[in-house]
Amino acid sequence: MNYLSEVGKFSIFIMKVFSKPEKIQLSFRELREELIKLGINSIAIVVIISFFIGAVLTLQTAYNIRTPLVPTYLVGYLVRESMLLEFSSTIVSLILAGKIGSNIASEIGTMRITEQIDALELMGINSVSYLVAPKIIAAMLINPVLYIFSVFIGIIGGALAGHIGGSVNIVNFVQGLQYNLTFYYITYSIIKTVFFGFVITAIPAYYGYYVSGGALDVGKASTKAVVNSSVAVLILNLVLTQLLLK
Amino acid sequence: MIRVENVCKTFGKKTVLKDISVTLEAGKTNLIIGRSGSGKTVLLKSIVGLYGVDSGSIYYADTDITKLDFNELKYLRQEVGMLFQGGALFDSQTVLENIMFPLNMFSNMTKKEKIKRVAFCLDRVNLSGVGKLYPAEISGGMNKRVAIARAIALNPKYLLCDEPNSGLDPVTSILIDKLISEITKEFNMTTVINTHDMNSVMEIGENVMFINEGEKCWEGSKDNIFTSDNEHLNHFVFASELLNKIRAIKK
Repeated sequence: MNYLSEVGKFSIFIMKVFSKPEKIQLSFRELREELIKLGINSIAIVVIISFFIGAVLTLQTAYNIRTPLVPTYLVGYLVRESMLLEFSSTIVSLILAGKIGSNIASEIGTMRITEQIDALELMGINSVSYLVAPKIIAAMLINPVLYIFSVFIGIIGGALAGHIGGSVNIVNFVQGLQYNLTFYYITYSIIKTVFFGFVITAIPAYYGYYVSGGALDVGKASTKAVVNSSVAVLILNLVLTQLLLK
Repeated sequence: MIRVENVCKTFGKKTVLKDISVTLEAGKTNLIIGRSGSGKTVLLKSIVGLYGVDSGSIYYADTDITKLDFNELKYLRQEVGMLFQGGALFDSQTVLENIMFPLNMFSNMTKKEKIKRVAFCLDRVNLSGVGKLYPAEISGGMNKRVAIARAIALNPKYLLCDEPNSGLDPVTSILIDKLISEITKEFNMTTVINTHDMNSVMEIGENVMFINEGEKCWEGSKDNIFTSDNEHLNHFVFASELLNKIRAIKK
């Protein structure tokens, strides 16, 4: 029952998010700022993680198929498939759920307990739409871009690790990258990242918005937001994969 | 003028406001006093429409705001400025952006006009030259003054202040009190101040209402306080030795 009322409250919250904003002009300005905050500021972590995961994937794959019967270019193929299908979409979104999620929940939660949200409401502003809509839209727009970025960086990391470590040379690796490429996998992953962008911002914003109490409660809301948005990403991943890869 | 009629408010099983009625006059500083937890803030937030009431009416001139929906209330709220306990300035915006915020949202002024209006508001609260600073870079007293400047940016008819002196030293407190009182007279606003600071009451209390455990217990002016025989009021006001001595001298 409690779970159902929470789902209902979340649905009403989302309806408010997408109601008409007070001034479209200002909403665009907020959107631009959120794109920078959520997107540009996440590039560094995406680059670091993707590069090293790509490198490790190459080394592990090369180690596991060390037999003359399997061509080495398959290392490149497998790294590409791993990055395209799962790592760059789901794992990067999970990492961003931690980074962006805690940031959004604590930012909005702090605004709530310091009466900044009351101040917005008092001015006659729909605070949910003003504060949350730009974040959700920005994440849904920027997450696919970060995905593409992550795929490229991961592949570069893999190619360099294979070449420097001597397990697979660049030519073979690139040959593997070009082998049996299914473009639909990219479309599938981009669709996933759009949905993930939604949950990793909407859920933390919801927890932040309904915080009551003090700093301790903001911390608790932040933790809840990260855990629940991560679980939501995993469940959504399963559902979307079932729907899109039939 | 704001008229509160028979307002009741409960949170769960706890009744916070019990049948409160009061008239808050224009051009005067109307003070709501009472102990912490007596229901002052709930009353103020109900008056401004941030909390819905269980029963009763709240009239702004002839409009009962308890009957308005969000959109209708939105237009009325543009005539209301509120000073929150902690200032409630937006952390991510500079002082200038904070004051300009309501102008950006609800006025059709040009950028030049908005900057002029912000400069006027800052000047009015004696804070010229801090426009580029962030709320975290200014003192508590300055924070409150910026919040007052933001509250008056749209030239409101009503100014509501929730414990404007909390956390301030006595000198700054008096400065804020005098500023609110001056602005009230200057713009003929209906000003409502929530406080438990007796210095404020003695300084600017033209209309004073005392709330005890959610009930209106006493109403009068600052001068009537010394002659009142209301037990609850006396217990609250003369808790300090200093005010007791003043009462003895006055008597």
